[in-house]
Order: sequence, then C-alpha cells, then structure tokens
Amino acid sequence: MCGICGCGDSLAVKAGHEHHHDHNHDHDQHDHAHDALHAHAPGLAITRMVQIEQDIMAKNQRYADANRRAFAARGLFVVNLVSSPGSGKTTLLVKTVEALKDKISVAVIEGDQQTGLDADRIKATGVPAWQINTGKGCHLDAHAVGHALEHLPAMQGGVLFIENVGNLVCPAGFDLGEAHKVVVLSTTEGEDKPLKYPDMFHAADLMILNKSDLLPYVDFDVAKAQTYAQQVHPGIEALTLSARSGEGLGAWFAWLLDGAVRAGNALADQRA
Amino acid sequence: MHEMALCEGLVEALEEQAKAQGFGKVHTVWLEIGALSTVEPEAMLFNFDIVTHGTVAEDARLEIIPVEGKAWCMQCAEAVSVKRHGGGCPVCGSYQLQILDGQQMRIKQIEVA
Repeated sequence: MCGICGCGDSLAVKAGHEHHHDHNHDHDQHDHAHDALHAHAPGLAITRMVQIEQDIMAKNQRYADANRRAFAARGLFVVNLVSSPGSGKTTLLVKTVEALKDKISVAVIEGDQQTGLDADRIKATGVPAWQINTGKGCHLDAHAVGHALEHLPAMQGGVLFIENVGNLVCPAGFDLGEAHKVVVLSTTEGEDKPLKYPDMFHAADLMILNKSDLLPYVDFDVAKAQTYAQQVHPGIEALTLSARSGEGLGAWFAWLLDGAVRAGNALADQRA
Repeated sequence: MHEMALCEGLVEALEEQAKAQGFGKVHTVWLEIGALSTVEPEAMLFNFDIVTHGTVAEDARLEIIPVEGKAWCMQCAEAVSVKRHGGGCPVCGSYQLQILDGQQMRIKQIEVA
C-alpha cells in the first residue's frame, strides 16, 4: 500500500466487495420511469434517494491540490506541456533544459503510453527525468504525477516540466497541480486547431507556435492561429519559436525564469 | 477515451457513498454534465456499463442531466447562453466571454437500496 495516498486501499476495497454482488433477483422490476421526485408504489423494492452533489473529478482534484501544495512548499514553478503527438514538445524540452540547467534547478516528468525514450532524451542532457507510462491511458492524472515526484531528487526552487501524453483532448480535463498548462501547436498542423480542440486551448494559459523555421514552406497562418486561440480563450498568451533553429526561444526562457522567480518569491513570502 | 477514467471516478464516488451511507445497491445515478465540460455524454453512457460491472452500481442506470453553458458577455454586459468554447456571443458575436456555468461533471443524486 502507498504510504502517502493509500492508493492500495481502493484495490483492497474492490476485492472485499466482490462477494456482495451475488444476487439473483430480477432487475426488470426496477425498470420503471425514474425522476427525481418519484414515489415508489407499495410492494416494489424499497429504494431511497440520496443527494450527494459530488464532482466526479473530485478525487483527481484532491491529488492535484496535494501536488500544488508540495510544489509550493519547494518553491517550484510547474508547467504542464500539452499538444498533439509530433508537435515537438520533447525537442523543445531538450533545448529548454539545456539552456536553463546552469541557471536554475530543472527536472522533467515525461508521460507516454509506452517507452522510456523521452525520459532518456532528457537524461542525456544531465537533467533528472522520470517517465510515466500510462499503458492504455490517454492522459496523465494527478495521482501518477504525485508518485513520479518521489523518483526525482528533492528540489528547492526551479522549474518542473511535465510533458503530458501527446493528445489534444483528454489531458485538458486533468489538473495535475501545475501553475500553467502550456499548449504547443506546430506549424505543420493546421492553424484551426484552437477551434477544433477548444477545450485544450481554453485550459492553457500560453500557446507556443513551434517550428517557425518551417513557415516559409507550409500554409500556416500565424495571425489566424492567434485569433482563433483568442476566440477560445480571451487573453491567452502566445509565443512563436523554433526549438530546432533556436528562433524565439529567448522569450520562452524569460517566461519560465519569470515564473520560477515568482514561485520562489511566493515561498519566501510564506516563510517570512 | 478519458471518459473511462471519469466513469471510474464516478464509480469510486458511489462506492465511498455506499460505505458512508450504508446502502448496497445503486439503481440510478443522475449526473449533471455541462455543455462546456470536457466530457461527451454518449461516451459516459457507453463506459458506465463497463466500469460498473462487479461494483455497487452494477446494472444501474445513468441519467444525464445536460446543463447549458452560460457566459458573461463583456460587450452585451449580460449573461448569455453558449454552446461551446470559442463559439462567441450568440447576441453580438463577441468572443470576450467569461464563463459562468456549464463546466460541471457532478453527481446530483442517486437512487439506492
């Protein structure tokens, strides 16, 4: 069993419950019109209404809140990088950690369905990284991220990057405890992605337009992409850059360093 | 795809309630899903039957209560209905909208025995 969150418990509960479900009554008797104020006729199985008002994301939210407290206690600036597969998130991360690692502490949590390839690319730069394999899962959740933290060296200040599973849909709904979701859109994709996948662009606070070095060769309209992103998320920040050529990376690094300073100051204020 | 994980969250919440409130069987679950949430009602219905198998909610019925998206339009200076993110104000067409309601995925009530 997990000592921090007790995550072995739910499995034990499930196993313990299995024997209660051997029943042989006919469920058809319950097949009547349901509504909130339904009153049962005498003779039918007695049921009752329970008002619970519970968010089905409540459990993930509890873990996300715990992660956020753990990040704050370490003065960490945490960004959750999201995008479709192939937008260049890992290349951007490799360039980013190489540039920042001598200035501040950095670490990376990688999420993919399979393989440790991405974490290996980060580790090759000398920066600590931990790979989460989600198996069939389509997103990272806050529970998995909380456990990944246990495998990274203790940090005091700096930036923790979480590279989510390449997927413009599912990761939008899962808070991991990050300060910001950062969505990466590359110029080899369509500029209409913000309109097609509005949940993700609504959830992100910064949009990075990557692969700007390819702009002369593709029909990608940067202004339109920015307009569409603003329609979905008024006030979303945007940066255009190329992880490959290095163009525009300075503004991205400055954005990260500014966030790291703010996270560090917040911790100092708390201690004062 | 992530609706499977959301259904698991829903079933875990039902199992917890069963322990806390002392019931052994869930017959019906009423779930509010907002138009601006990150979940597709059809996918929830599909996954619910799979995920509830062998749990307190086996054979339970999932009733989805759709909740309209609402946003504050800065131009109109009033609350308007919105169907999705990025659709704009249905009155003036502005995209300067602040979401007020419609992002929930919330269990409203359950019928139990």
